[in-house]
Amino acid sequence: MAIIIKDRNVVTDPWQRLEAAAGGNFPAELPAGDIIVPLGLWQSRREALLARPGRVGVWLDSHEEPGLIAGDLRHFEVVAVNFPKFGDGRGFSIGRLLRERYGWKGELRAVGDIIRDHLLFLSNCGFNSFALRDGEDPQEALAGFTVFSESYQSSVDRPLPLFRRRQASAS
Amino acid sequence: MYQYDEIDQKLVDERVAQFRDQTRRFLSGKLSEDDFRPLRLRNGLYIQRYAPMLRVAIPYGQLSSRQLHALAHIARTWDRGYGHFSTRQNIQFNWPRLEEVPDILAELATVQMHAIQTSGNSFRNITTDHFAGVARDEIVDSLVWCELLRQWSTFHPEFSYLPRKFKIAVSGATADRAAVFLHDIGLQALRDASGNIGFRVSVGGGMGRTPLVGHVFQEFLPWQHLFTYLDAVLRVYNRYGRRDNIHKARIKILVKERTPERFRKEVEVEWAHLKGGPSTLTEEAVRRVEERFTRPVYAQLPGDDPDHAARLASEPGFAAWAKRNVHPHKVPGYAAVTLSLKKTGVPPGDITADQMDTVADLADTYSQGEVRVSHEQNLILADVRQSDLHVVWQKAKALGFATPNIGLITNIIACPGGDFCSLANAKSIPVAEAIQRRFDDLDYVHDIGELDLNISGCMNSCGHHHVGHIGILGVDKNGEEWYQISIGGNQGLTRPGAPAGVGKVIGPSFAQGDIPDVIEKLIGVYLEQRESEVERFIDVVWRIGAEPFKKRVYGDHHQRQERRNRSLAAA
Repeated sequence: MAIIIKDRNVVTDPWQRLEAAAGGNFPAELPAGDIIVPLGLWQSRREALLARPGRVGVWLDSHEEPGLIAGDLRHFEVVAVNFPKFGDGRGFSIGRLLRERYGWKGELRAVGDIIRDHLLFLSNCGFNSFALRDGEDPQEALAGFTVFSESYQSSVDRPLPLFRRRQASAS
Repeated sequence: MYQYDEIDQKLVDERVAQFRDQTRRFLSGKLSEDDFRPLRLRNGLYIQRYAPMLRVAIPYGQLSSRQLHALAHIARTWDRGYGHFSTRQNIQFNWPRLEEVPDILAELATVQMHAIQTSGNSFRNITTDHFAGVARDEIVDSLVWCELLRQWSTFHPEFSYLPRKFKIAVSGATADRAAVFLHDIGLQALRDASGNIGFRVSVGGGMGRTPLVGHVFQEFLPWQHLFTYLDAVLRVYNRYGRRDNIHKARIKILVKERTPERFRKEVEVEWAHLKGGPSTLTEEAVRRVEERFTRPVYAQLPGDDPDHAARLASEPGFAAWAKRNVHPHKVPGYAAVTLSLKKTGVPPGDITADQMDTVADLADTYSQGEVRVSHEQNLILADVRQSDLHVVWQKAKALGFATPNIGLITNIIACPGGDFCSLANAKSIPVAEAIQRRFDDLDYVHDIGELDLNISGCMNSCGHHHVGHIGILGVDKNGEEWYQISIGGNQGLTRPGAPAGVGKVIGPSFAQGDIPDVIEKLIGVYLEQRESEVERFIDVVWRIGAEPFKKRVYGDHHQRQERRNRSLAAA
């Protein structure tokens, strides 16, 4: 099983993430166990996915609309967002929308081209689990969470921006 | 000037530690070149033609004398004894060693400076009017808002990996000296009838490959909503801006492709969720930042200094300098002074370490210990007593910073160009110098009057050629350096009835050696056509159009046709 970071701990990951085959097709046979499926597979095989014994999660690619799963969130144990490239920052907004607009409270996972230098801002945007890019050492990567001790802005993990927190502590 | 509090300082210190670690990982092979690139870029570190280039942030152009001394120290210790002021009010060092950059950043942090987000696909340095706080036509002091925006845009967790760079400019005066309409977001501070502050927000302006003037999204955004509205604009951009093509990734392209109307509606929908939320600004938050600014302490002076007036009348050299390089001040008896970094033979914006130290001393003695950098790449002493102007002039002359050319043709804006920059198609500095040498007669230059001449070595337009009254752009033709000339650009509403605009190319490009002749021909047309000395070059271009200028440079329509036929036949 793969190793991931979850809630700032290095843990083994019970989930298997399915991807579409090269032609864009999904496997006809759904594997056993806990699976995280692409949005397209969820949309096309929803009933079958709900009927099988394992748990189910969904993952969004960086161009996909989180609003499309807003009504389905109760069915998922995990929602993942893919970062296809290091510099593709769309997922940061998707994370915030899932947390702040659509009320997702469960595991929010960042997958794809993730290295330790992303971890703090990702957790600021609501992600609490991270499947690092191959070759990244999760234990060393934990240092990425504490690079900055403060942030000026409002974030998912600290909704009050610094200016409001300063105000509260002054009064 | 804004003074850091403990948290501001801590964040900058933590950034130094972070970058030191990233550099260590890169040098030990744990971080690939591809992974390190975006990380070093967001610390202003480029790998250039000959060496790395480090761009240090000068937030909204404000420097203390202590900071300027520190920059001099850095130039001497880690570079070759000089620096270059950029059009984003920053400073660049062209010769640092990669492994020593963390030490430079640590040195900067000791004087509340950094290189955060001076490059890369994130928010860049917020720029503003170099006369903010002292201008007579001020509506709102933009400095406080710039600092609030600096904080909002620094390490923004959601918007640190945007499709492309993002530039914001703020103007707080009647005349727009910050080119706000040519920024990704332009903010013009205003007051309503009751004196409440708000912002006219324009979105989607910019220079570069596709120069566009921004669209007004909000005529008067009450200040409380500044951050939530900008968050909404940025979220739409971050989610839908193009990431497949670097040349189409700026927000201006998204605004254009979606149409400003549709984009604006999308922003409104997004804003409806954010408006009134925790990022809504409070009076206390604004006051807190305001109170952390040290302010100049002015003497109570009765008004204009009589001795100054007498010297102006008796010393023509001083008067010529004062006419161009001294600017009105809102406090009686004071003036702002521009130190021209545009002396012929010196690359525009360049300054030596010794000059930095001397300017810092001048600031301490005559201008409350502060210096500003203008986007025209000059330095400003913003708070000089009129009675000190004469001695400041003499000292500026000794420094080589008293060329009386502010606003004139030889006050050329130019990027470092092909001499330094690996992006450039062509050199900029020798072109600037050739033009300055051609226009070396000061009386002639003063007679030509106000004229912005801007040079960029490539389409990225760091030299702002699009908004030059005359713009020069270096282009590559089969491996040779050529130059395209445009006329009619304007950086912003610097006077009534003269809005921001993008210049139009007059025709085929020229070899480097021909540029001074071409510029002289353009000036010749202007001098013949102007109705009075009040009418500037740009006014004449707007009044009579480009055709007479083209005709002088390329010949009449018939001659141009002939030439085209000949070159077609030859091909």
